[in-house]
Amino acid sequence: MRGAFLGLVRHELRLALRQGSDTGIVLGFFVLAVVLFPFGVGPEPALLSRIGAGIIWVAALLAALLSLDRLYASDFEDGGLDLLALSGLPLELVALAKGASHWLTTGLPLTILSPLLALLVDIEPGRIPLLVLSLLVGTPALSLIGSLAAALVLGARRQGVLLSLLVLPLYVPPLVFGAAASGTVAGARSDLLLLGALSLGAFALAPWAAAAGLRQALQ
Amino acid sequence: MIRRFLIPSQFLGLSAKLLPWLSSFAALLIAIGLYLALFVVPPDYQQGDTVRIMYVHVPSAWMALNVYLFLAVASAVSLVWRQPLADIAAQAAAPIGAAFTFVCLVSGSLWGRPMWGTWWVWDARLTSVLVLFFLYLGYIALVDAFDDPSRGARAASVLAVVGVINLPIIKFSVDWWNTLHQPASVLRLGAPTIYLSMLIPLLVMAVGFTLLFAALLLLRMRTLLFERRARALRLHSPAAAAARRELVGAPSEVLLRGASKGDR
Repeated sequence: MRGAFLGLVRHELRLALRQGSDTGIVLGFFVLAVVLFPFGVGPEPALLSRIGAGIIWVAALLAALLSLDRLYASDFEDGGLDLLALSGLPLELVALAKGASHWLTTGLPLTILSPLLALLVDIEPGRIPLLVLSLLVGTPALSLIGSLAAALVLGARRQGVLLSLLVLPLYVPPLVFGAAASGTVAGARSDLLLLGALSLGAFALAPWAAAAGLRQALQ
Repeated sequence: MIRRFLIPSQFLGLSAKLLPWLSSFAALLIAIGLYLALFVVPPDYQQGDTVRIMYVHVPSAWMALNVYLFLAVASAVSLVWRQPLADIAAQAAAPIGAAFTFVCLVSGSLWGRPMWGTWWVWDARLTSVLVLFFLYLGYIALVDAFDDPSRGARAASVLAVVGVINLPIIKFSVDWWNTLHQPASVLRLGAPTIYLSMLIPLLVMAVGFTLLFAALLLLRMRTLLFERRARALRLHSPAAAAARRELVGAPSEVLLRGASKGDR
């Protein structure tokens, strides 16, 4: 079972590598979304530095959303999902593998890129490690919740719009604690712990709900 | 009794008997509650007459939460036991709950303007209720998003159960975070901190709103059941059979429809 799980993750990663443009587009969107803010709110360094962490978090959240609608949809359309269901790997683990590969192809690259963007929006250097840490702890929750919602909308009309309507309300708690954790150095610890709790909770629960969604899509 | 209530045809009979009672009691209680709230209760010594907004705001907030709980329980029942009526109950409850949430948000905003000096603050409770509103909307959108209605119902059920996580966040947001919204004064450990002359109209309104929900729920459930019957009748009518025969005569179109089924 472990072999099948790791095999599925490896397969997803290989697909992402061969069609490298997907991750590239997500990263490009992330950078562009952050860059738009100084145009919108004005270029004052003090203001940007204050809201910078929030901007980066919102942009990361939207970027994660961007790649969700293809998470199961292509497998669903070409019948790959049926084969996965027959493979003996429980659907819960399929959902977990999909969530994990989504995180490895979006959450992790976003986190790695974030210090650069933090410099662009004038976040003081002392807070940059906090921002990176909060993204590292919080983005798994984004991927897992997203994988759940993507499973629920499989086969629906207008999947993309529907997906954002379902996912964005569920993304509010990670956003609140993530932005708070990277906002100030002083109170960061409790927010980071809560963010970690959200990720662990999503890790424990989201695969079950996603598997329930997948099972219905396959009926 | 409960078992009989769960069979659709029996449900239609029983609900037809219950509906007039429920709706007239709801109207009566809401009328009494409004009268007490608007004319009998003295104005608050600090808030003046604006405190009367509370008698709509607080019960609708309670209903927003309770209806979501109802929606989630009905969804869980329909997921676990495949109980068709639970499905219908959940779908019928969602728009009502969304309406209560909307009333709660709007009345709160109208109350916030004179009291806090602003229509809206990004306070934990307001934000979490707004998220609740979007959960309702997401549920409604998901139910309608599939060509196969039962598929939409089940996907939405999973979403409703997942969304329950938001309920304790709303309930305890005023205790966990230091917010502008006042903490609980009725449903709390120990005695309520609200004066009895204000509590009674509030409770009358709350019971009235609950009955109103029950009446609207039965009405909408009946409508949904009748809609399903009408659809089934239309599918099995001679005209539909003739239309199907015609379709079989044009296989290319059937194939095209089948191919575009997985489309967004």
